[in-house]
Amino acid sequence: MLYPDTVVPDNAVHKPKIMGLMLVAAVVFFTLLGLNDTILGEFMRPVIGEPKDSGFFGNFATGLVVGIIFVINIVLIGFIKFRYQVIIVWLQLLFLFLAFFDSFGLKYEFIQSKIWFMISQGVFTTLYISAISITLASIVAIIGAIAKLSSNGFAFAIASFYTSFFRGLPLLMQVYLIYIGLPQLGYVIDAVPAGILALTLCYGAYMTEIFRAGIQSIDKGQWEASRSMGFGFGLTMRRIILPQAMPLIIPPTGNQFIAMLKDSSLVSVIGVWELMFLARTLGNKDFRHMEMLITAALIYWCLSMCLELIQSRIERHYRTQSH
Amino acid sequence: MSEPIIEMIGVNKWYGDFQALKNINFTVHEGDRIVVCGPSGSGKSTMIRTLNYLEAHQEGTIRVDGTEMHAKMKNIGQVRINTGMVFQHFNLFPHMTILQNLMAGPMWVRKQSVAEAKETAMKYLERVRIPEQADKYPGQLSGGQQQRVAIARSLCMNPKVMLFDEPTSALDPEMVSEVLDVMVELAKDGMTMVCVTHEMGFAKAVADRVVFMDAGEIVEENEPHSFFDNPQNARTQKFLGQILQH
Repeated sequence: MLYPDTVVPDNAVHKPKIMGLMLVAAVVFFTLLGLNDTILGEFMRPVIGEPKDSGFFGNFATGLVVGIIFVINIVLIGFIKFRYQVIIVWLQLLFLFLAFFDSFGLKYEFIQSKIWFMISQGVFTTLYISAISITLASIVAIIGAIAKLSSNGFAFAIASFYTSFFRGLPLLMQVYLIYIGLPQLGYVIDAVPAGILALTLCYGAYMTEIFRAGIQSIDKGQWEASRSMGFGFGLTMRRIILPQAMPLIIPPTGNQFIAMLKDSSLVSVIGVWELMFLARTLGNKDFRHMEMLITAALIYWCLSMCLELIQSRIERHYRTQSH
Repeated sequence: MSEPIIEMIGVNKWYGDFQALKNINFTVHEGDRIVVCGPSGSGKSTMIRTLNYLEAHQEGTIRVDGTEMHAKMKNIGQVRINTGMVFQHFNLFPHMTILQNLMAGPMWVRKQSVAEAKETAMKYLERVRIPEQADKYPGQLSGGQQQRVAIARSLCMNPKVMLFDEPTSALDPEMVSEVLDVMVELAKDGMTMVCVTHEMGFAKAVADRVVFMDAGEIVEENEPHSFFDNPQNARTQKFLGQILQH
C-alpha cells in the first residue's frame, strides 16, 4: 500500500451526488448495451413481455434494473472493510468472467474428458521445463553478472554481447534458431532440450541484469571488510555478497519464473507436449478449440497464482529476516 | 631498535589530478600507538587505507611486516590478516549473527574448527564486554556495541597491528566512550595501533606519537605532550585551536 495520509478524504460512495451520476451513467450504458436479448432480458419477461419484441422500452427497463443493482452493489461494498471489499470484488469479477466464458456455449463434457490428460501431461511438462530452465538461467545469470561487473575486457564483452543478443531477439525466434539451426551445424537436438536451452539462454540474459543490480546494491564497505579480513573473491561473493543480494534478487526472479511459465508455451511450436501444445492439438480433432484454450488459460492462471503466493511468502520471509 | 612493522617511504597518491598523499614518510614499530589527526580531506583516511592496500599508491614504498605492497602482490591476503582494520561505519556482515561475524575469519581464513573459532570469538567478545549479544544480528545492536563487535572481529584474526579509521566518528556522543575504553585497554595490553581519530583525549591518554596531516602531507609528528602543548607548525596550531576551543 502507499503510505496513507492521516487526513482521509470522504469516501465517494457516501456522496449522493456522485452515486446519482454513476446511476445515470450506468443506466445509459446498460441501455445502450442492449440487454433484452440476453438472459437478463429473459428475467425481465414479466415486465417487458416477449424480450425480442420489447424494443427500446425493453432495453431501457433491463438497463434500469441492472444499473440500480450495480450501484446498490457498489454502495454496499463501499461500507465494508478493506479485506472483505477485496474478497467480494474478486468473487464478483470472477463470476462475470466465468459467465462471459460460459456464454460461448462451451461443452463441459468435452473439457472433462480431456482435463486430466492436460494436467498430467501438459502441466507436468510445463512445470518441469520451467523449473529446469529457471535453475539453469540463475546459474547463467550469476556468471553473467560477475562477468559484466568484471574489469576484464573479454569477460565484459562476451557477457554484454550475450545479454544484448538474447534480450534483443524474440524468444520464439530463439526457439526456432536453436531447434532448426543447431541441426544445420550437425548437432541434432530434441525438442525438450532445445526448448530448455532457448528458455535458459533468454531468461539467463534478463536475469543477468537482475543479479548484476543485486550485487551492485551491496555497500562497498562489505567488500572492504571482507578484504581486510583476508577473504578472497570467491569467498566474499559466496558468503558475504550473494547472501545479502538474495532478498533483492528473489522477488524479480520470481517474476521471471512466472513469466517463464507462460513463455514456455512458445516451445509448443517445436512439438513439446506442454500445456499450450495439448490445448491446440486436443481441440483440433473435434473442432473444440475454445474449450481447450479456455481450460489451458485457466490452468496457466491458477499456476501463476500459486507461484505468486509462494513468491510473496518468500519475500515476507526475507523481510522478517532482515530485521 | 627492531625492524619496523609498517614503513612508508616517499609515498605519493593521486585521484585523477588531485594529489591525496604527498611524500609521506612514516614508520611504526611493534608496540607503537600512533594517532593520526587532521582536518577533513587531509588524506588521513587515505593514508591508513593504503596500509592494507584497500587503496593503491602510485609512488614510493610501503612495507608492512616486511612485505612490500604493490598491485601484483600474491600474498595480500596474508598481509591483510596481520593488519586488522576497523572502519568508521563498522561494516559488520548484517546477514550473520554477532558470533558468526566473529567466527567467519578464524574458520574461513585461519581454518580453525568450529569449536576453536567459537572459543576465539567468545574470548574477544568478552574482552569487548558484550558476550550476551552473541546470538543477535548487527542491526539489533547500538552503534557503540556494533563498533566493539567490529573491533573484536578484527582481533579474532590475531593481527600484528590494528588500524582504526575514525572508529568513533559515526557514533552518537554517548557511545564514544565505550568504544574508546576498549581501545585504551587494547593499547595497555601492548597492541600496535594506528588510529585516525579526532578524539584528542584518547590521543593524550594512549598515544606515543601524534601525526598531524593537512592537504595530503604530514605536517608535524611529535609525542603527545609536546604536540598539544607546544605545536611547532602554524597549521597545527590553527587546527588545535579550532578543535580544543570548546
